[in-house]
Amino acid sequence: MNKLNLDQNVIATCRQLAMGIADDIHEFIHKHTTVSVERTVCRLLGVDGVDRFGVPIPNLIVDDIKDRGDLSRGVSVYLAAGLKATGMDLKALVKAYLQGEVQLGSDPLPSIKETLGILEPYYAATLKQIKDNRGERENRKQKYGQKPTEIYVIVATGNIHEDVIQAKAAAKAGADIIAVIRSTGQSLLDYVPYGITTEGFGGTYATQANFRLMRAALDEVAEAENRYISLVNYASGLCMPEIAAMAALERLDILLNDSMYGIIFRDINMQRTFIDQYFSRLINAYAGIIINTGEDNYLTTSDAVEEAHTVLASQFINEAFALKAHLPEQLMGLGHAFEIDPAVEDSFLLEIAQAEMAREIFPTAPLKYMPPTKHINGNIFRAYQQNTMFNLATTFTDQSIHLLGMMTEAIHTPFIADRYLAIENAKLVQRAAKSMREEICFKPGGIIESRAKSVLAKAAELLESVRKIGLFQALENGVFAGVKRPFKGGKGLEGVIAKHPQYLNVISARMEAELL
Amino acid sequence: MKLRPYGDTLADGKVQLSFTLPCDPDATGIEAAKQLAKAMGMIDPGVVQAEKIGEGFGFFIVYGSVPFAIDTDKIKVEDVATPTLSREEIESLIEKELGRDVVFVGASTGTDAHTVGIDAIMNMKGFAGHYGLERYKHVKAYNLGSQVANEEFVRQARRLQADVLLVSQTVTQKDIHLRNLTNLVELLEAEKLRDQVILIAGGARITHELAKELGYDAGFGPKKYAEDVASFAVLELIERKKSVK
Ligand code: B12
Repeated sequence: MNKLNLDQNVIATCRQLAMGIADDIHEFIHKHTTVSVERTVCRLLGVDGVDRFGVPIPNLIVDDIKDRGDLSRGVSVYLAAGLKATGMDLKALVKAYLQGEVQLGSDPLPSIKETLGILEPYYAATLKQIKDNRGERENRKQKYGQKPTEIYVIVATGNIHEDVIQAKAAAKAGADIIAVIRSTGQSLLDYVPYGITTEGFGGTYATQANFRLMRAALDEVAEAENRYISLVNYASGLCMPEIAAMAALERLDILLNDSMYGIIFRDINMQRTFIDQYFSRLINAYAGIIINTGEDNYLTTSDAVEEAHTVLASQFINEAFALKAHLPEQLMGLGHAFEIDPAVEDSFLLEIAQAEMAREIFPTAPLKYMPPTKHINGNIFRAYQQNTMFNLATTFTDQSIHLLGMMTEAIHTPFIADRYLAIENAKLVQRAAKSMREEICFKPGGIIESRAKSVLAKAAELLESVRKIGLFQALENGVFAGVKRPFKGGKGLEGVIAKHPQYLNVISARMEAELL
Repeated sequence: MKLRPYGDTLADGKVQLSFTLPCDPDATGIEAAKQLAKAMGMIDPGVVQAEKIGEGFGFFIVYGSVPFAIDTDKIKVEDVATPTLSREEIESLIEKELGRDVVFVGASTGTDAHTVGIDAIMNMKGFAGHYGLERYKHVKAYNLGSQVANEEFVRQARRLQADVLLVSQTVTQKDIHLRNLTNLVELLEAEKLRDQVILIAGGARITHELAKELGYDAGFGPKKYAEDVASFAVLELIERKKSVK
């Protein structure tokens, strides 16, 4: 569809520039690994659990090799060396390691080829499990059928058992997608908490056990409702790829997985983030998990009218990084938002322009459309009205992942009734405006068409300048969300390691080979 | 003056209320909602809508009236007592009365990642047409950003020789802000810094009253800007300087 009459040449130029930008960063990515990448390798070989002090075993192993061995070769060879030297299987090896009976890092290292052979039974098993999960998801989705626009709500009580109750209620009320928001502070933990958790702030800890509980609960409602209910979590922060691995193993369906969000909004080091995002996206590509990107957040710190082009430019960049990680367009849930100050005249038309433009530029991407948040205040009745307008824009421009706005946005994380009222609002609008998209076109040269044209032109300009200086420098200059981050600043830089020429990551080697 | 809620007639006492009960909105559920409203003191509550919002949950909207009246003459509000001066007035006060730069150190502390509030007060651009502290003459404003641990915040306060500490807290779920704000006061006391700084908290859910209770000198919530904070801090600094003499 080309209702906006957008210039296809400008779009093609944007794509080309974005790919150039991502190519540069990929030169860097492929020369490095991180502690979280290596921990992910442990996890996908089947290493899980914590020691008696509660430290996750992948952390123990990777830190140990970092201290005593040479992590630049990757954890794979060290595990293979341990297996070869002891003749044990991996489970027994980890047990003996925990008891201090064997050390990792002291044995002679096998070759790359030998390592792949020694570890094959382990990664083949987990990769098979991930593929089975993918098949299971596809079967279930086929069985139930899928809607073009899916209703997405969050739960965030801090207690996974309470979350389950609320998630089920929301699914029964009509939600198709449930996201369990993470506790504050989790993104800065350089490990993934373990087990079922009941205390979080502003959200609930992402743990594999919590994933499993929620997955089972949603499958149960899905059966009763005859609808697939998708589960969302966050592969962001210092443990991006580990979360992706856990999500792949527990059949999560969508992960927040932006290439730059951590840098901009959590002050995580940019080198660390880019390396981690690649591996996490590779896992998502393999697992068939839809990624969601976080451009919507830019508009919480920058003005949505002035900075709309930064959202589009970032979508192109996120798309390029996704392609590099072998994610097909069907898995690219690029983000954007309805965040213009409603005091602005014709703000609704500008919102339509932005949303329609995203739809037309990324026609097969399951776009994630975010509701108003910044210009919501304590007047819940006005908020409900703003959300109705947002819902109308969503239906009219055929967005895919419809994140519902809450009337209590400015007050607290949603109450059960807030979510219900939001779902009712969205359903009413979906019904009332079902065929609106086919019926209405835009005035040539009018406000909507001109706005989209100018945002696209400005995005092209921005991409051009980022291409010139490189993305690292652009982030140092603060092009996105007005936030400046130094190349060597932020959290997690100490976990970045330059790869040895003999570096091996058995998981990515295998995934890349299969996805190519 | 005696106040009662106003529906469509003076002092009719009309109020509206909505809530969820963990039960179906059947006859028993509706009666339960009604009795709840009565227990809150409503007269003749009417459950105008009852909807099922999931398995075993009902949502109720209730209208009724309350018999209470509030005597406004007896109300005492805890609010910052100092007046709000203009930027120019503040600048010249600093120059005349203090004769040196005033150092503000601010951050969104603990695990809180929200920066828009503290930026609104501190950054050059300010917020809603009110310039931030960076724009003020004779003010040195250090904005440390978000997710700053209290220990780090105290270390920086000492290093930068802060006169005024600005702490922003946005996430309040499970009272995390109370714990974090209290912890900072304890740290400052342990470091013998508490009396050497003016300690100010701010955020969407922060009130002056709450801040005072937690051991802060002042608290600022929505619709407060750099000039409100700077007025309070500078007048307080002048006051303290005088009392030392
Ligand atoms: C923007 C925003 C974000 C952005 C923040 C970007 C950034 N760099 O700041 C992003 C998207 C990153 C974000 C993330 C999260 N957010 Co948020 N976010 C908001 C939002 C939409 C607006 C907040 C805002 O910017 N207000 C504008 C500023 C100017 O207002 P203000 O902070 O009140 O500041 C004014 C005054 O209070 C005062 N002030 C503020 N600080 C100070 C300090 C001093 C010293 C003084 C004097 C004055 C002062 O001056 C300012 C000007 O008047 C609100 C919802 C809403 N509409 O309010 C949710 C909200 C605040 N977020 C919320 C949550 C839960 C989160 C998350 C924890 C979600 C999660 N689990 O991932 C994460 C944060 C993770 C973390 N570690 O903290 C909840 C908080 C609920 C609660 N009461 O606990 C809210 C209310 C949304 C909701 N209903 O769930 N968020």
